[in-house]
Amino acid sequence: MAKFKKNSNTTQEIPTAALPDIIFMLLFFFMVTTVLRETSIMVEQTLPKSTQLSKLERKSLVSYIYIGKPTKVDLYGEQPKIQVNDVFIEATDVVRFVNQEKDKLSEVERDQITISMKVDVEAKMGIVTDVQQELREANARKVLYSSLKRLD
Amino acid sequence: MAKGKNRPAAEVNSGSMADIAFLLLIFFLVTTTIANDKGIAMLLPPKPDPNEPPPEVTKNDRNIFKIQANSMDKLLVEDEPMRDVTELRGMIKDFILNFRKPSIEGKELYNSLPASLRSHVNSKGKKDNSSDEPGEAVVSFKADRGTSYELYIQVLDEINAAYNEIYGQRIGLTAEEFLQLDKKDPEQKELYQQARQGIPRAISIAEPNKIGG
Repeated sequence: MAKFKKNSNTTQEIPTAALPDIIFMLLFFFMVTTVLRETSIMVEQTLPKSTQLSKLERKSLVSYIYIGKPTKVDLYGEQPKIQVNDVFIEATDVVRFVNQEKDKLSEVERDQITISMKVDVEAKMGIVTDVQQELREANARKVLYSSLKRLD
Repeated sequence: MAKGKNRPAAEVNSGSMADIAFLLLIFFLVTTTIANDKGIAMLLPPKPDPNEPPPEVTKNDRNIFKIQANSMDKLLVEDEPMRDVTELRGMIKDFILNFRKPSIEGKELYNSLPASLRSHVNSKGKKDNSSDEPGEAVVSFKADRGTSYELYIQVLDEINAAYNEIYGQRIGLTAEEFLQLDKKDPEQKELYQQARQGIPRAISIAEPNKIGG
């Protein structure tokens, strides 16, 4: 017992001086790993779930097309719409959009452009195929159906 | 000056630093979403050349595995209705690895397969109404304009899963591990090419009907 008593007068405080550093470290981690969304998405986006996912290899070659029911139904109606950047477009304008995106890339990379299709699960295939036909027309044949990982 | 010596060292109160950092941390946690750019990769067919007539389908019917979906999200697989999408994976695997009447290359391919796949062929393959060899086999998927995107992705996922499982098994990996092979690494790239050698991922997405069923 005597042995234990000897140590009892040590301070029992945990040093918290390093706490801010730890928190800052976490903060920097989140600041670096996360990307702020530059376009506001105006369509509903519940992505489908699948198991065979592959990663995008080069982000700079990717352009996004969003398809889904508009979030502001009273303004844009209930029918699924196609959104690129910040505007709604018709399927026939997809070629122009792809060409615009291709112009941003250097000459050698133009054929490697990848289109990431972010399509809501509620959308029907009709609109998706319309877009795909236009993509074929624009010679942007690499497509990624964006989806989430299914856990089962 | 003598007075100054006795003054206690000036200290900034840093006790609340953690709180400030916490506040910032929570702000970033809430406002940002981790980019989830993953999905099913596909290569669309090139656009039809107006100067050339569309190529005629010369493939034997047994070499094509037909999947159709209508606007009610019902599936028709090899002319039989199907309820459960998850059954597709096994069926497609059996279809690709059928080896009904392999050519010389097909036989070479068969001999290069690992024992686990070869036993699969021997137990389930060699059916008369299925594909001749993996090089000839084509999985065709036709969706209606009214088919939901969800079903489309599910079916596409199953087809890809079947192929990835075969590729993976060939080099002793699971489908998951096969997908994670890094093509920038020469060693892994070689494995990848070895897995895909002779078994093309032949998925044909037919243009959908204009009229909903």
